Parts: sequence; C-alpha cells; structure tokens
Amino acid sequence: MNLQNILTEIEKVDPEVYDRMDTRRNAMQRFATVGKVLAAAAVPFAVGSMFKKAYGQTPADVLDVLKFALTLEYLEAEFYKQAVDSAAVATASAADKAALVIIRDHEISHVAFLRAAITASGGTPDTLTAANFDFSGGMGSGTGPFKDAFAMYPVLLAVAQTFEDTGVRAYKGQAGRLIENNDVLTAALQIHSVEGRHAAKIRYMRRMMTGTNLIPAGVTLQPWITLDQSGIDVGDAGVNAVIQKSYNGEAVVMQAGVPITNINGNTIAAAEASEAFDEPLTKEQVLDIVKPFIKA
Amino acid sequence: MDPQTAVQKNGTEQSLLEQRINRRKFLLFSGTAASAVVIGTACSKDVEVSGNNNNNNNGVDLGSGDFGILNYAYALEQLEAAFYTQVMATPYASMPAMEAEFLKDIRDHEIAHREFFKNALGTNAIKGLEVDFSSIDFTSRASVLGTAKAFEDLGVAAYNGAGKLLKSTDYLLIAGKIVSVEARHAASIRELLAPNSFADLASLASMGADNSKGLDAQMMPKDVLAIAGKYVKTKINANNLPTS
Repeated sequence: MNLQNILTEIEKVDPEVYDRMDTRRNAMQRFATVGKVLAAAAVPFAVGSMFKKAYGQTPADVLDVLKFALTLEYLEAEFYKQAVDSAAVATASAADKAALVIIRDHEISHVAFLRAAITASGGTPDTLTAANFDFSGGMGSGTGPFKDAFAMYPVLLAVAQTFEDTGVRAYKGQAGRLIENNDVLTAALQIHSVEGRHAAKIRYMRRMMTGTNLIPAGVTLQPWITLDQSGIDVGDAGVNAVIQKSYNGEAVVMQAGVPITNINGNTIAAAEASEAFDEPLTKEQVLDIVKPFIKA
Repeated sequence: MDPQTAVQKNGTEQSLLEQRINRRKFLLFSGTAASAVVIGTACSKDVEVSGNNNNNNNGVDLGSGDFGILNYAYALEQLEAAFYTQVMATPYASMPAMEAEFLKDIRDHEIAHREFFKNALGTNAIKGLEVDFSSIDFTSRASVLGTAKAFEDLGVAAYNGAGKLLKSTDYLLIAGKIVSVEARHAASIRELLAPNSFADLASLASMGADNSKGLDAQMMPKDVLAIAGKYVKTKINANNLPTS
C-alpha cells in the first residue's frame, strides 16, 4: 500500500489534511513507523484511526455500542418503572420494593447518561417509552410466556434476574469495540459492574423468598452464575428454554487457554471455576434474547 | 504445567498481544515516544512525592504495558485470595451456613483469578506477595465482612479503572469477565452487612462512583495501591504502569 498516494489524493479534497493530523512531517514520520512495525494487514486500521482523530469523528463502533446499550437500558428502566407499581410487587416486602426502586433509579440514570453520551458523540438517541415494550415477551401481543410478570412476584423476579444477567453479558461483549475511546469505555465498565451488583441482589432476593420462588428443585441459587444454570424453573419447558438463552455459554472453565478447574493443584471445582468468570454475549445474541420484549 | 508448555503458552500470549495491539495507543507510541518518556518520568516523581511507601522504586516491579496491568491485577487477586483463605481457615464464631457458603465460593473464585493471572503471565509474573493482615480481626464477623466489602469494592474500582489502560481486547475481555464477578461479590457481602446496600453508589463517591449517573467506582492503579498497601508487606513498584 502506498500511503503517500492516499494522502496526496486526500489533499486534493482537503488541502488542510496535514494540519489536521499535526504537521505533514509528523504525519509522514508516523506513517513510516506504523508501516515498519505494524503488520501489513493492520495498516488500514491504523490509518483509519488516525483519520478519525484528525477529523474529530466518533468511530461508528462507539456510537453503535452506545445506541445498543441505550435500548437495553430503556428495556430495564421501563420494566422496573412498571414493576414497582405492579400488583406483583404489592405482595413483596417493603425492603424488596425499596431494592427494586434503587435498581429502577439506576436504570433511569443509565438511560439519561447514554442519551447524553450519544448526543455528545454527534448521534441522535432513540426515544423509547413503555408503549415500545411488551414485558410478557409476546412481541406486542401482551400474551407472551411472561404475561404474569407484573401479577406474580416470583415471575417478576425471574424476569428481572434474566434481564440483569443478560445486561452484564451484553456490556461485556461490547467492551472491545470501545477500546479506542477511554472515556466511553470507562463509563461502560462503570455501568457494567452496577448491572453485576443488580444481578447479584436480584438472585439473593430470589434465594431469600419464602414460598414459591421458581428455583429448580435441588438448586441452591447463588449471587453468581453456576455453570450455565439459570436457576429458574417456571414449570414450562418451552419458557425455560427461552430463559436458557441468557445462560448458554456461561459454563466455560477455560480462560485464554488456561484451564481453571483445579488450577495449579488448587481444589477448584468446575462449578466455582465457571462462576469465577462471567461470559460475554454478542450483540446478535442479546438482540435475539430481547426481541420478544420489544414491539415491532 | 510442565516448563515447556509454560514457555509455549507464554510465547502465544505475547504474540497475541503484539497482534492485537490497540491502534490508537499504538499511534501514541509511534508518534509521541519522546514526550511519553518525559511524562513517565514526571509521573514516577509524582508518585514518590506522594510519600506512598507501597509504591516504591525498589519494590517488586509490576512492569509496563499490558503485562504491567495484568501483574497489577495479579497482585490484587493475591491479596484477595490470601484474605479469604485465612477467613475460611479460621472462621469467625457461629458463622451462618449461608455466609460460609458465600465466603468459601468467593475464596475459590479469587484463587481461580490469582492462578489464572499467574499462568497467563508465565515468566512475566511477579513473585508471590507477602500480606499483612495484622489490622484484621478474623474472629470478628464485622471485621471480616467489613474488610471483604472494602476489598471487593476496591477490586471493582481497580478493574473499572484499568480497562482503559489495556491495549489488547483479549485482556480487556478477561478483565470484564472478572470485574462483574467482583461486583457480584461486593453486592453480596454488602447485603450480609446492610440490606439494600448492594449498589450504594453514593457511598463509593470517593472511589470514583457517580450516583447521579448510575456509575460504579473506578480508580487508577496508584490510588488503588495506596489503599491496598496497608495489607501488603512486600513493596510494589507501579511506576512503569501505563497511565492512559
């Protein structure tokens, strides 16, 4: 690749290209070093990165991640807004209701934060309301598998747990796309761990429930994810399978080529080895999971 | 792991790192190497001036680049694993079954994290650190859970703050896989101490959390080590870690 030719072409359109990049001499020096050190295949990416910086554009990846995250936060925020006033939560303890209010307020804050971040990045945030969601998971029919979510507290907490664990996995899957933007990456990580705290709390609330809790017989539900167990049994195999999508792929016991089970002679069972690391979901996997909750 | 496997694995990690080196940060290296050296020197001086004797030029060098950050994580996981190992070796009186279950699992998770970093770093790994738990009363539930809460919140802040210092998306993903588990630990320990304190972001403001935005704690390595230093006898030199 002849980088100088590319620059010459750009100069015809934008005579100030070198000023944008610092100086022509520095730009050339950078190109020379880049060409020497980076593998040939990586050069176009490095050059693209330089131009993004030069022209002050937010990389499309960052904007895409922010918009994806906003959709998920709207889903959670609208869910908890309805949840705290629902017949289901009316049967819960005052402490449980207070916990759901805390979580609701965080999700509302996340929506506001992401909207501002999208605007600051030159994008236009979508505006979603309760009318955009079907929390029965029925794609707008209102009669989906979770139609009792706002009527029955155990179902509500099961849905909340699934949303939170999915949210954790969703942010994790997007972090790599933000690595070039320190501020957005850090904020995304800060939201990610708050979702992790929420997930642990909802799981703890389910565990401490008296009466029906929808925890499968023989399972001790913990604040962390054991293997790929959802810890949810609603008594319907089809619905359980829908929930299971949020937990598939969590049973990993090998990290970056390092086996974790009984690592270096320590007694670490596969269950704890899998719990010690949460696993990511791709954007496509997450969209497939949340699709039934969003009206077309 | 036999030595040959270790060498091969370590070689793989290194080449992976070189391949995935972050574009933007690479450009900083290639374009402003000279000024980076000056900034680095200034930072070292700044750290010394702060008088933190646990960030010591003569201490164990965490190293630079991504390996430096991984060693930083390795140091914190060593501290956490040693703490929970002691907690379960000498449990406080009448430890309820659920607390024993949680603390045993957390111990196993932290040991898994510690040993993962040790193997992933291979010959680049720092040595085992000597801890100082003289300020902790392991016979006291309040002391043990209070320390656990502090360690877990600090761990969350450390990983959240260190993400941007990594260049490899592979290592960033690993850090992400671990930090949400630390957040689950933090929330759980907090619930054992005070119901509904699981995500009390206002209480974490001094650690970089912003309750008004729903953002968790995040701290830079030197600030984390200044707090963790109380529990580590071995002197640590973090002066070569990346700062942006």
